[in-house]
Amino acid sequence: MSCTVSMTVNGKTVSREVEERTLLVAFLREHLGLTGTHVGCDTSQCGACVVLVDGRSVKSCTALAVQADGAAVTTIEGLAAADGTLHPMQAAFREHHGLQCGFCTPGMVMSAVDLVRENPNPTEAEIREGLEGNICRCTGYHNIVKAVKAGAEAMAGTQATPVAAE
Amino acid sequence: MYAFTYQRPTTLADAAAAIQAEDAKLLGGGQTLLPTLKQRLARPTDLIDLGAIPELKGIREADGGLEIGAFTRHAEVAHSDLVKRVIPALSSLAEGIGDRQVRNMGTMGGSIANADPSADYPSAVVALKATVTTDRRSIAGDDFFTGMFETALEPGEIIKSVRFSRPDKAAYAKFRNPASRYAIVGVFVAKFGSEVRVAVTGAAGSVFRAEAFETALVADFRAEALNGLSVGSDGLNADIHASADYRAHLVTVMAKRAVEAAG
Ligand SMILES: Cc1cc2nc3c(=O)[nH]c(=O)nc-3n(C[C@H](O)[C@H](O)[C@H](O)COP(=O)(O)OP(=O)(O)OC[C@H]3O[C@@H](n4cnc5c(N)ncnc54)[C@H](O)[C@@H]3O)c2cc1C
Ligand code: FES
Ligand code: FES
Repeated sequence: MSCTVSMTVNGKTVSREVEERTLLVAFLREHLGLTGTHVGCDTSQCGACVVLVDGRSVKSCTALAVQADGAAVTTIEGLAAADGTLHPMQAAFREHHGLQCGFCTPGMVMSAVDLVRENPNPTEAEIREGLEGNICRCTGYHNIVKAVKAGAEAMAGTQATPVAAE
Repeated sequence: MYAFTYQRPTTLADAAAAIQAEDAKLLGGGQTLLPTLKQRLARPTDLIDLGAIPELKGIREADGGLEIGAFTRHAEVAHSDLVKRVIPALSSLAEGIGDRQVRNMGTMGGSIANADPSADYPSAVVALKATVTTDRRSIAGDDFFTGMFETALEPGEIIKSVRFSRPDKAAYAKFRNPASRYAIVGVFVAKFGSEVRVAVTGAAGSVFRAEAFETALVADFRAEALNGLSVGSDGLNADIHASADYRAHLVTVMAKRAVEAAG
């Protein structure tokens, strides 16, 4: 009941022998040690676990690692540049106080990056709609929405398209 | 989650053979099945992933309507230019399912096979006179949903595609649960020449047609034609989100909104 799963995670090829029931989030956190992706619920509703699979945001708590076999996965750890410069969306969350405890933030940022890929200049309403799958218990969302708006503008300025849909 | 073996067949024939194993289960986008497995509410021995079978994918124009493969994700239906042109009401329904992550994974076949009483697609299957094609036969949309989480599918039967007729006018209006975004009540109204179909989801154990509404709209296709009409609260769902009376009220309100949106 185990199998080999291979994928590209943040640009690096990885391969692990795992049980077939291993969730993608467990593969990332427990097998690869990438603990930036969080687990906030067991009902597929909170979005703390959002990562990009071939460029599209998915809840990694509601996907099997084997389903992502062969795919390109980007986690929050994969957004910043090699020299540590934050991705424009991360920088915008810091600048606009888009976080308090920070637990929801990795998922928020990954969802926001996916949203901006599809809609480079989202309105406030479109941002709120685009973050429907992410729950925050701290901020009241207001500064998150501001951060995503600013992050979208910064991304347009820098042409940052971090997410390899290789 | 209990242990299982995982298979990813690349043809429908291989999937049909694999699902014959006792306690095997088909895996669509996993947005209903995986949460169920995580809670240990089911214990399949094998999961047969339908995601690598080309025959189950894609959106085509067929007989003037649309044929949509069972393994077509909600996001693809929402964004497809073809769907927007031929049946725009179907693309806006898909855009309103859950959230963008659920739409990026969940599939049409999984949604209708699951037959959740508050799912959105069942209303479109009934209102748009759909035909569900499986690996064994064709099933009329009107006969497909047989009860709460129950369909006409036999054990191991695999949905291949769903064929929707093109209406002259149509719209879907939903009153959604603000937390889950499932329909507390959703109403799909479609007009085909002199025929009108009104399919209601979320309100009862399974999708149903509001026949009195249809008759009124055949005579006069305006929201005002539904004034004073109600489906009645007998047999409607009651839960912490809405009483049966409130759901009955919402059916009329959503039907009016759908008629207005259909124009
Ligand atoms: C947070 C959240 C919010 C949601 N909100 C909504 C909403 O607002 N509206 C709504 O309608 N839905 C909603 N859903 C459900 C979502 O649409 C699911 O995608 C859908 O119900 C199941 O589709 P799936 O492809 O994920 O199927 P899976 O979960 O993989 O499978 C569901 C069932 O269908 C069977 N199955 C799958 N494919 C086939 C096939 N081709 N032939 C025969 N059987 C098959 C499986 O064996 C299983 O029994 C929500 C889900 C979540 C997690
Ligand atoms: S952990 Fe809550 S949605 Fe994935
Ligand atoms: S910042 Fe604490 S949950 Fe969002």
